[in-house]
Amino acid sequence: MALPYIEYEKNIIDEGLETGTKNLTPERIKQVMDKVLHGETGAKLKAYTDTCVHCGLCADACHLYLSTKRDPKFAPSAKVKRTMGVILGKKGKVTPEFIKEASEIASTECNLCRRCVQYCPFGIDIAYVLSVVRRICHLCGVTPLYIQDTAHSHSVTQNQMWVKEDEWIDTLQWQEEDARAEIPDCRIPLDKEGADFMYSVIGPEPKFLAQLLYQAAIIFNAAGLNWTMPSTPGWDNSDMAMFTGDAEIMGRNKRFHYEAALKLKVKKIVMGECGHAFRSAYDVGNRWVSWAMPPIPLIHAIDFYYELLKTGKIKVKEKYKKSVTLHDPCNTIRGRGLHEKARYVVNQLCENFIEMHPNREHNYCCNAGGGVINCGPPFKKKRVATNRIKAQQISDTGAEILITPCHNCHSGMEDIVGDYGVDMHVKFISDIMYEVMEKPGLE
Amino acid sequence: MNNFNSLYNFVSGPLVWLAFIIFIGGSIYRIYNLISLVNKKERFIYTYLSLKYSLRSIMHWIVPFGTVSWRTRPVMTITTFIFHAGLVIMPLFISGHVIMFHNAWGFSWASLPTGFTDVVTLLVIICSFIFLLRRLFLREVKFLTDASDFGLLFLAAAPFITGFLAYHNSANYHLWLILHILSGEAMLIAIPFTRLSHMIYAVFTRAYIGSEFGKVRHARDW
Repeated sequence: MALPYIEYEKNIIDEGLETGTKNLTPERIKQVMDKVLHGETGAKLKAYTDTCVHCGLCADACHLYLSTKRDPKFAPSAKVKRTMGVILGKKGKVTPEFIKEASEIASTECNLCRRCVQYCPFGIDIAYVLSVVRRICHLCGVTPLYIQDTAHSHSVTQNQMWVKEDEWIDTLQWQEEDARAEIPDCRIPLDKEGADFMYSVIGPEPKFLAQLLYQAAIIFNAAGLNWTMPSTPGWDNSDMAMFTGDAEIMGRNKRFHYEAALKLKVKKIVMGECGHAFRSAYDVGNRWVSWAMPPIPLIHAIDFYYELLKTGKIKVKEKYKKSVTLHDPCNTIRGRGLHEKARYVVNQLCENFIEMHPNREHNYCCNAGGGVINCGPPFKKKRVATNRIKAQQISDTGAEILITPCHNCHSGMEDIVGDYGVDMHVKFISDIMYEVMEKPGLE
Repeated sequence: MNNFNSLYNFVSGPLVWLAFIIFIGGSIYRIYNLISLVNKKERFIYTYLSLKYSLRSIMHWIVPFGTVSWRTRPVMTITTFIFHAGLVIMPLFISGHVIMFHNAWGFSWASLPTGFTDVVTLLVIICSFIFLLRRLFLREVKFLTDASDFGLLFLAAAPFITGFLAYHNSANYHLWLILHILSGEAMLIAIPFTRLSHMIYAVFTRAYIGSEFGKVRHARDW
């Protein structure tokens, strides 16, 4: 069944963009352009912008383009032309109005999902070019309000959601207490030095998804694992600063995250079902702090669940009955190749797994990641309207449940399912694992 | 006739030298420029470079239909492979060039039969025309296209069009021959200084992204 096209307001007013633009002076633009174009960037930007032959092959990769009756302005290279193309063409001499426009394009019309990289014959990293545009907009002080607020939170609290230290500890203890009602000896061990691994999550988990902490505690306890969580900053692995272009805050937070683990003398970090946090800790933020690769092993939840099921530490009591399909998040699949492991996990947990097409590295993006959903309510309608292809793709599977092992994908997909009227529920892997696994010590 | 001879001698002598010096010198400069930029600002690239994954990436993309992208756009794929293969192979193996080389340097190599090269020349011209149609009518390509794209397409197609006409239009043979040589030289000179430089940079950009996808991200980039 062909889904409808959703109309959306083209002139979106965002307070962050408006105020930033009002305060922006030509002098500041010049300073920023000098810093970024002549200072921070080098061979990559030059090779990419000199090499693109405007062939348009990247267009077929982009969910925004495919969702808007092939609107050419949403083709990946078109987004570069509309932003970096103008900046380089005018040698940086652009107006504050233009910076506002570029910020909206780079922050809300591209998820940095890198699918287009796989469609470019030269392997031009368009996501990188648009990240540079975001960097320029950040340094100009012109970023969407909501995502800027999360970046401020990272800066002040080292977590994304203004969670205070006592609230963090309190939430963990509350979840531990609830979990003990189900399994009496269940624990969420805080600051346990020398544990096998530190479990890190994203700010929204304690803020409004606390049941995920509960589920993780039940899973780790059932598997008999020696684990811990830090009570101090560093527990949040998420990183919206990476997506606003605030590399300095990004680097500082990655340091907090890894140093928390190093202080606890754990052997590795296991992280929850989040994609962008994995990208930041594994691929981007670590590089800013000059760690070529993570200083201690960083294991994504998909990888960890695979290990738990493969080694029989978690046993399935009865497989999940409802039909499920799996969304491959960009940052753990295109970013880490965990697609086969994800399939192993889903097949171990569920009876009826239906593939969506395309899948694995070629899956369509959720249109929520890359900080787009974090730009908040002003852009929600646009975000959903420009991902009709995703709604169509998941709807075509006919599955009852959509598994998305990534927070941004998860939230974005809930919006898509709701607005297009797709009859489907969105779940994390851990939701299903918690439901179907054997729980030793159950009261 | 004398006028033609001196013009011919000029364009097929000193101008060829000039074109090749600029083409080779310019290309070396562009590569030097890129590598020194990496050395100055992005040394981290070396950390992630991998010969294995560079080659894996290049091998997939150099094969027609070897990638999802190529398979998604079959007409473009056939067109671009014929066009680029013709662009690289023809100047080296067309009999007229091999004979000229032999006359000048006293040695030569096997050349392609003229019937074959004639067909390939025509195919390259047809491919150029398809590229032109893409730029004019495919919305996503049209959006990206500016005047320079038409210019570059013309630069690349001109040696083939003029060569074909020189071979088949004996009435204006001299005119087309001179234009053929000039357009070939113009293209060579343009390579290092225009987006035709994708010829020089493609291998570097592919190697880098192939390495990132293979060594760091453990994922396919094709």
